[in-house]
Amino acid sequence: MSHEWLNRQFFRGVSVITRKDIRIYYTKPPVIIFGLLFPLFMFLAFYLGKRLDFGLFFPGLLAMFIFFIASSVGPLITPWEKQAGTYERLLSFPVTINTIILGDTVAGMVFSIMINLVVLAAGLIFLRYDVKVILLAAAVITGAFCFSSLGVLLASPSVPNPSYIMMISSLIRFPLVFISGIFIPLETLKGVGLALACCSPITYLVDLMNLCLRGRQRFSIWADFAALLFFTALFIASASGIHRKNLMRGL
Amino acid sequence: MNTAAESIIEVKGLAKRFGKVIALDGISFSVKRGEIFGFLGPNGAGKTTTIRILTGIIVPDAGDASIAGIDIQRDPLNAKMRIGVIPELGNIYVDLTARENIILAGRFYGMFRHVLEKKADELLKRFEIYERRNDPLRSFSKGMKQRVNIASALVHDPEILFLDEPTSGLDVQSQRLIKGIIGEINRKGTTIFLTTHNIEEANVLCQRVGIINKGRIASIDTPESLKRTFEETRSVTCSFDMPADIALFEGNSLVNRLDRMGDKWRLYTDNPDELVKYLASRASEQGLSFTSLEICGASLEDAFLRLTQGGERHVS
Repeated sequence: MSHEWLNRQFFRGVSVITRKDIRIYYTKPPVIIFGLLFPLFMFLAFYLGKRLDFGLFFPGLLAMFIFFIASSVGPLITPWEKQAGTYERLLSFPVTINTIILGDTVAGMVFSIMINLVVLAAGLIFLRYDVKVILLAAAVITGAFCFSSLGVLLASPSVPNPSYIMMISSLIRFPLVFISGIFIPLETLKGVGLALACCSPITYLVDLMNLCLRGRQRFSIWADFAALLFFTALFIASASGIHRKNLMRGL
Repeated sequence: MNTAAESIIEVKGLAKRFGKVIALDGISFSVKRGEIFGFLGPNGAGKTTTIRILTGIIVPDAGDASIAGIDIQRDPLNAKMRIGVIPELGNIYVDLTARENIILAGRFYGMFRHVLEKKADELLKRFEIYERRNDPLRSFSKGMKQRVNIASALVHDPEILFLDEPTSGLDVQSQRLIKGIIGEINRKGTTIFLTTHNIEEANVLCQRVGIINKGRIASIDTPESLKRTFEETRSVTCSFDMPADIALFEGNSLVNRLDRMGDKWRLYTDNPDELVKYLASRASEQGLSFTSLEICGASLEDAFLRLTQGGERHVS
């Protein structure tokens, strides 16, 4: 078989899996709860009753929404499919594990972009930012893809029940939110706080959002994109390895 | 005769272990193009591991497997394009409708939309579920789900169809329909590789059966040849109008083994004809009348049981 055919088959598989995920998983209750309601309530808990400059915090909150929504679909798909017995059928189609991982990642990314377009539109109506549109689009796509790949990585441990994955997922996602310069502006972070922030992929999207909307930046554009791409590659490579290792578990 | 050209599935020295348990211990066999090949074995014998390797789901530790001449390890996508797989019950998306499930499967093979939709409708009609094509599968019975499962595996007209326990736990109507369709698609040229616990199903459907036990092939032959191998398992079953004493049968050289089954006796013998004559004469002497008398040939079940006696093997 030619490389051209293999590439075409790979991208066809990714597209079919993405469409399947969108059709089946977007409306599942855990996706709604952990993807939409959690960040909304976190935002309300943070903002209501305080006299904050919303314009200052909106870029960080937008990054948080992108993170929560993008990483909410991935952790559920594989455990659910293994539990329902559809994962084995999926593997018997002309696809590889990497096709499935990429398809699930794209599904999370599309979900996040769709919802956050509404959040962004609302923000732009009420807050008059001078938006760098192309950079913003690139940042949202790169960030959503990165966080979605984290979601797929979180799905890799073999568990007897999908709810275990949501627990593991929350244990990892919440600390990441708190160290990423969302609630404390990146400009003011120093020392350990800054070092911790650098360990989180969300930090780099927060920085890009600040640049796109407020014209302020802590790191450089290239450093932010490079960090997001590095985390994406790390998450996808790890997810591929762990999914392969745990392939038989739960089939 | 060129056997390589005839074989559509070739397996050589396939081995797989999970931890200390040997799932497959260097099995080799081939399946001829156009045949229905049954793969029988007790639980944990290695049937599902074999099917998972042949369908590219897992990779073996050693050995080779080819599908239509394509090495499943070296070129899995190409090999998978030629096969349809029905792993076990429940492997379809219950959130999707019957039609959506079939169309989803077809998309993986790059079928054009209009061809796929036409094919999906044909299959829905053939499997007698067209009226419910737009209902989500969660409202379907087990048998109807399995029909959608099989229809989804046939959408791209595969050269080989792998079925793992296709009629297990289904109602009689669905079992009959599925067996009929298996026969029908085989007559159209599709090779069938079928694992089953149901020995009678293998006996009726399969042209050859392979019996696997403890990761090794115990035997491969036609059902009739396997039965003939175990001729000593032929028996005569009889019952009388009055309780018969065991002394009536014991000590006779024609009787190899004796089982009491309620009010009946089953006498295993190499020579049922002579035994029936003997029983008739003794019954007459003792004033007994037969209420039933039946000669049972060797069954595939007996052959299977003989070939699969023993326990699980571990690596030392």
